Amino acid sequence: MTRMAATITVLLMPLQSIAAQGGTPLRAPIVVASKPFGESFLLAEMFAQLLERGGRRVERKMGLGATDVAFQAIRGNRADVYPEYTGTGLIAVLGDSLTSAMRADPRRAFTYVAGESLRRFGVTWLPPLGFENGYAIAVRRETATRYKLRTLSDLAASPARLPAGFTADFIGRNDGWVGLQRAYGLQVAGVRPLAPAIKYEALNQRAVDLIDGYSTDGLLARFDLVTLEDDLRFFPPYDAAALVSPRLAANDPGALVILTALSGRLTEADMRGWNQAIEVNAEPIPAVARRALASLGLADSATVAMVQQEIAGTAARDGRAQGFWSFFWDRRGETLRLAGEHVVLVAVALLFALLVAVPMSLWLARRPRIGEVVLQLFAVVQTVPSIALLVFMIPLLGIGVVPAIVALWAYALLPIARATYTSVRLADPDAVSAMTAMGATPRQQLWWVRVPLSAPVILSGIRTAAVLTVGTATLGAFIGAGGLGEPIVTGLGLADARLVLSGALPAAAMAVLVDASLALLSRALVPPHLRSMATSKA
Amino acid sequence: MALKLRVSSYTHRYAEVVALSDVSLLVPAGSLLAIVGESGSGKTTLLRSFNRMVEPAPGAVFVDEVDVTSMDAVLLRRRIGYVPQSGGLLPHWTVGRNVALVPTLLDQADRDGAARRALERCGLSPSVYFGRYPHELSGGQRQRVALARALAAEQQLLLLDESFSALDAISRSELHDVFADLRATLGFTAVLVTHDLGEAARLADAVAVMRAGRIEQLAAVRALMHAPATDYVTMLVDRARNTAQRLVDV
Repeated sequence: MTRMAATITVLLMPLQSIAAQGGTPLRAPIVVASKPFGESFLLAEMFAQLLERGGRRVERKMGLGATDVAFQAIRGNRADVYPEYTGTGLIAVLGDSLTSAMRADPRRAFTYVAGESLRRFGVTWLPPLGFENGYAIAVRRETATRYKLRTLSDLAASPARLPAGFTADFIGRNDGWVGLQRAYGLQVAGVRPLAPAIKYEALNQRAVDLIDGYSTDGLLARFDLVTLEDDLRFFPPYDAAALVSPRLAANDPGALVILTALSGRLTEADMRGWNQAIEVNAEPIPAVARRALASLGLADSATVAMVQQEIAGTAARDGRAQGFWSFFWDRRGETLRLAGEHVVLVAVALLFALLVAVPMSLWLARRPRIGEVVLQLFAVVQTVPSIALLVFMIPLLGIGVVPAIVALWAYALLPIARATYTSVRLADPDAVSAMTAMGATPRQQLWWVRVPLSAPVILSGIRTAAVLTVGTATLGAFIGAGGLGEPIVTGLGLADARLVLSGALPAAAMAVLVDASLALLSRALVPPHLRSMATSKA
Repeated sequence: MALKLRVSSYTHRYAEVVALSDVSLLVPAGSLLAIVGESGSGKTTLLRSFNRMVEPAPGAVFVDEVDVTSMDAVLLRRRIGYVPQSGGLLPHWTVGRNVALVPTLLDQADRDGAARRALERCGLSPSVYFGRYPHELSGGQRQRVALARALAAEQQLLLLDESFSALDAISRSELHDVFADLRATLGFTAVLVTHDLGEAARLADAVAVMRAGRIEQLAAVRALMHAPATDYVTMLVDRARNTAQRLVDV
């Protein structure tokens, strides 16, 4: 701690001198972001509340999909601050590896990462918050007892061959499983990639015996797990710190000073307790953040009073014990707001997909050679995993609603274009050929025969696209677009099934509703004689 | 002012397959030529060359002594009635609108009146059928509508592609009568593609028997029936006679 404190004082000096000159706060709100796991949510919320107390307007973009998404957003000034860890910065962002000097002294790692991030990307690392949340390999307490495991070296020496479940991220990385296995000579009975939220449950259910976790995880306590000590110091240091965008650093140094109030103040024990409050007791993140800030003396008296009330209330009822439906009912206002955002995402994306796909398919229907190529291109877009497409959009469009709509638009093109193109091309060949033989121009054939006869199929393509878009739009939450994906992403990060369901159920209901109302609309739009024709043909 | 048709040394290939091989013929104005042959004999290709649905090359097709390739295809087609086997009516249009197709394409003033007259001529009361949809009609009624559509703009040439083949015997016979009356009244020129020599004998002035892209024999109906020129034509004629004879014997 004292080493860190010294570093902090050194790093703070230039900032304080800038603040003394008085920076002008940004006109736009400061965008505070997080990655999708409990501690990141909590730290970001603490940043946000501190900034608000310091008179700054704040916009929250919580639960961004991955390190890539969050860092690209900061680098491109689409977000202004989010919590990150030195080890992640070193390996995932800078693409460097740990030197033996850094292994010996975490301060060197921080100095290097902070210096290189600023030099290469203009991104500032504020002085570390004081605690480390590094990788930890965890087992059930009974496993540790049975095989007498305390350290990773014990595991390597043990004859036990345990089945492992690791985060996909962790498996392939040199600073993850690949390197760890080599450093200790570990042998396991197979490795399965598991989502972070599922990992703990899988371990608890004995589907696996070994998982990767983080040293401050509240879930370690929830499932009574034992972490094996990294006695060879293989894992890099993961000191937490705030990352700041070039824009914020240049325009509002005062905000940086406000944030550094947290530097060196957070301990691992504190964090584990607060993470547990969120991940195990399912307390609301803003309340836990308020409590944390109050306990650090960083809250005003009104907030402190509020915290005391909340503590009294929390004692009265345990968050997790609340049943799903009452939890769901309590959230109804929030759910409605998110559903509204969701509808906007879907509606705008679909509208633009219609405006592009239908006219283009009509044009292509008479040019089958180009048509097939274009449709194959759309199909390629379809095969790009949604989250990857969203990440590709960040350098171009940043994060938030716009890139999400563009991605949804791209996904909606194929079903609409395919239905339009195919049905227009294959429309009643007898009628079309008779029209041609009687002297109708190609344009008249298109508008008098092909399009009207294709209407039911085009509408069904639009229905497919709409239902797909309602589902895919939940992924928008990974890049801060809001919508019903927000509780899903947060819930996955917190291993909170109720939260996941409170986003997933309304989204599913919306998909059903959209499908049914479009079915009604197509009944209204398609004249009865075409409907009966369609049924007699089928 | 029925139109005279002439085909001169017309050869047509679909990729490697020769559909028509050096075909020449003449259809006098106001007469009906039946083209009889099996599937793949080239009869439909020949029919479709008159309205440029297929392009004659090499060789030439003349309508009213004008080379069809010198005419705008769309304008040419609006002058020629066409009755396909399936009717080819637009399912989402009423009978009236279907029949008024060519008057509409030609931007004629009284297209509905023209459609009503054509329906009347084909034995369908406009007051009953004008507002109906094709799927509400019987097969015979649909072919009458298709016939009315082919005549609504006073076309002087009709191309009939197996127009009566898909109908039941009674409807077909009724439609034969309707068609024969129409031709007597209106005097248009017509080309009828059919695989049925009996139908050709019933309706046509002359018959062209086609086989493998060639005309085996082109003759007046009576001449063909009494003096078939090749073994193939003899066989067709005998078969048609036998069929008829079997009916008489019963």
